[in-house]
Amino acid sequence: MAKILLEMKSITKTFPGVKALDNVNLQVEEGEIHALVGENGAGKSTLMNVLSGIYPYGTYEGDIVYNGEVCRFNTIKDSESRGIVIIHQELALVPEMTIGENMYLGNERGKKSRIDWDETYAEADKYLKMVGLTENSRVLVKEIGTGKQQLVEIAKALAKHAKLLILDEPTSSLNEEDSRALLDLMLGFKKQGMTMIIISHKLNEVAYVSDKITVVRDGSTIETIDCHGAEPVSEDRIIKGMVGRELTNRFPKREGVRIGEVNMEVRNWTVHHPLYPERKVVNDVSLYVRKGEVVGIYGLMGAGRTELAMSIFGRSYGAQISGTLTINGQQVNLHSPSDAIAHKLAYVTEDRKGNGLVLSQSIKVNTSLANLNSLASGSVIDKDMEYNVAVEYKDKLKIKTPTVEQLVGNLSGGNQQKVLLAKWMYAEPDVLILDEPTRGIDVGAKYEIYCIINDLARAGKSVLMISSELPEVLGMSDRIYIMNASRIVGEMNAAEATQESIMATILGRGD
Amino acid sequence: MNIKAVLKKNTMIIVLVLVYLFFMITTKGSIFFPLNFNALITQNAYVYILACGMLMCMLTGGNIDLSCGSVVCLLGAIAGYFMVIRGMNIGLSVFLTLAIGVGYGCVLGYLIAYVNIPPWIATLAGYLAFRGLGTAILSGNSSTGSIAPFPESFLSIFSGKLFPTKLNNMNMPCMIAGIVAACLVILLNVRSRAVKVKKGYEAESMQAVLIRCVLLSAVILLFAYKLSMAGGIPTVLVWVVAIVLIYSFVTDKTTIGRHFYVVGGNREAARLSGVNTRRIMFLAYLNMAVLTVITTWAVVARFQAANSTAGTNYEMDAISACVVGGVSAYGGAGSVFGMVVGATLVGVINLGMSLMGIDANYQKVVKGVVLLGAVAFDILSKKSAK
Repeated sequence: MAKILLEMKSITKTFPGVKALDNVNLQVEEGEIHALVGENGAGKSTLMNVLSGIYPYGTYEGDIVYNGEVCRFNTIKDSESRGIVIIHQELALVPEMTIGENMYLGNERGKKSRIDWDETYAEADKYLKMVGLTENSRVLVKEIGTGKQQLVEIAKALAKHAKLLILDEPTSSLNEEDSRALLDLMLGFKKQGMTMIIISHKLNEVAYVSDKITVVRDGSTIETIDCHGAEPVSEDRIIKGMVGRELTNRFPKREGVRIGEVNMEVRNWTVHHPLYPERKVVNDVSLYVRKGEVVGIYGLMGAGRTELAMSIFGRSYGAQISGTLTINGQQVNLHSPSDAIAHKLAYVTEDRKGNGLVLSQSIKVNTSLANLNSLASGSVIDKDMEYNVAVEYKDKLKIKTPTVEQLVGNLSGGNQQKVLLAKWMYAEPDVLILDEPTRGIDVGAKYEIYCIINDLARAGKSVLMISSELPEVLGMSDRIYIMNASRIVGEMNAAEATQESIMATILGRGD
Repeated sequence: MNIKAVLKKNTMIIVLVLVYLFFMITTKGSIFFPLNFNALITQNAYVYILACGMLMCMLTGGNIDLSCGSVVCLLGAIAGYFMVIRGMNIGLSVFLTLAIGVGYGCVLGYLIAYVNIPPWIATLAGYLAFRGLGTAILSGNSSTGSIAPFPESFLSIFSGKLFPTKLNNMNMPCMIAGIVAACLVILLNVRSRAVKVKKGYEAESMQAVLIRCVLLSAVILLFAYKLSMAGGIPTVLVWVVAIVLIYSFVTDKTTIGRHFYVVGGNREAARLSGVNTRRIMFLAYLNMAVLTVITTWAVVARFQAANSTAGTNYEMDAISACVVGGVSAYGGAGSVFGMVVGATLVGVINLGMSLMGIDANYQKVVKGVVLLGAVAFDILSKKSAK
């Protein structure tokens, strides 16, 4: 058995009123990739924050034994000096600075307060090469894509001489290709003796890279699965540990739905980039969706899916939009989101924090936002009625909160997503465009969102579901459009589609 | 609701009471004289009016209007030029100043909402330009740099008293107005709870409602009594009360008011939910300009002259009132009631210090410290609540 590099013993962390971690134990061997999985709010991030000194020694109970010594970290600098480096889910790079400046931010090269820029950039280039980036470190961070930015974060960690690298959801904003490259990079580091802890929701990735998987649930470690055991670890096996029950079906059956006539149709839809008008972000797209039908749009990130959805939704994105939009048999011309809402269209954004919810306002205010006029006579809001509506949707969508006056910013990701759905359901649309409806939420909440989608279809609504998770698209859709490089490159019935056939279509080897 | 929560919710009111008691002691009770109640209102009327507009701007995302003080100076000069120098009809002059103000508001709103010029830069330009322009008009038309006297019939719309009586004689109209207002407050509070109970919604306890009614009506009656002893209702108070009531209704109860909050909370989310965010930004600054015009009239009427120093630092006073009153400097949160408490607190501190005879320079120091203290306190108390 290899040497144990890190052992966290009986860690208990209490926040006022909540026990976030309860007697957690974690053992990480030197040179392995150890995955932490668990539903949102299970305590994975809290555990890593304890490890890295963000929650200083004394605010938790239990011991951290690293390299055979008990550690008492007071700040993140303390843990970094021992080689424990954490890369957070949200990229912490300054877009207006160069890659090199970012890599040595707070860790500047040079003597005293004088920065040695030559050394900085030379060193930075060295580490960039190690992560497979060919960019010069004098390039501004904002000029490289998200995938490369994630690699810069890793290079930055390497520059701190990391021995134990913690990656919190490293692939959450990456497309399939970049994700795979990142995971392979991790496997490469492993060969060189690096130890890594990865936190991820993407179970296929976890199964791909990990040597061991520790499942965290409700603040406790449930089990550690050894991936080199007799039989290969399946996703269902991991899910069972995470939710404490076997999900016999990850996607609820949709029964008793009558698919009706065409509800919305888009023909020859072309959209240009708002800043670079010569670039077509959506190129000659035609699609339709019928009543009671769930249509998936699958494509890698950057394929133009969100741009397509937002340009349909009252031209809220893009320039020089051409093509026709027909809703309920009538050709319409929508100029603004309020036009679109008036024509019974809803766009549920992929970025709930950025442009979906008002985090500083209550569940109530967010629920009524898109259809406030229905609660008002003249322009005076009936606040009592508003409260009732919010309670109704809270119950209907099973939003977990003591009161609808709760600020949305205090809710978990899954519950925020439900509030976002509540807002658009209350707007009473006929066509809902759901953009990545289950991004960043846990397995249990995903299932509930799927049930809501089924209810919508049953009520005769049309659902256009954009997703970059293949199993989700296959499991939920009646029909699937495949989008790549601004175009629709394929259409298939979900019953006939397979992961392989969809990927083949994207790669241009279809049919 | 426990006591701690009540204290937390009403911190600024408690601070206001404590500060008032402090000045009661240090000024040996003279802050409690009827005339000083009158002074509190007439001296701070401009703050209440401007802060209503500033509140709307701040709600949209911590945006401010730096130009309003200078606009007061310019519009005062223009009003003086029309009424005093040219001897124009008062109604026409009032209309023309309003039209100029609205014109400025439209241009400013357009530049901010549709050209995307950051508000503080757009209004900084006005801050510099209009003070200069106003002073130029004043010194071009008067050797003293101030235009006076304004016609009496104009002054009486904004200054003086309604149904004036002699000092220390009970003024009945004022007292009756106070009693009516107190009754209305009680009636509205009780009725709103009754409606909630009837429809089966969550409602406050009867006790809480009653305590609030008693305290509010006590304050109203005290003011009514003191003002009635000081000669009656100051005319400007009618304007202030009307404006405060309108804005508190708009922000709390209407869809457009709600839109100001959500634009400040998350502009993209508001836009994608069908809110015309540009129109909200436009309205914020147009509205600010209209209130600035009303402020100009009130200020000119109070000083009975148009001066080049009129309106100096008014923008800062309005911002202070909002910030001390708990309006978020980042937008999306704040209430008219909070702003009124904040403005009153700043006004009481000014008045108290003047009565104590503190040097004007040190008064500024105290005001600065109070502003910073209020915000720091607010942030810290929110932090500890989590």
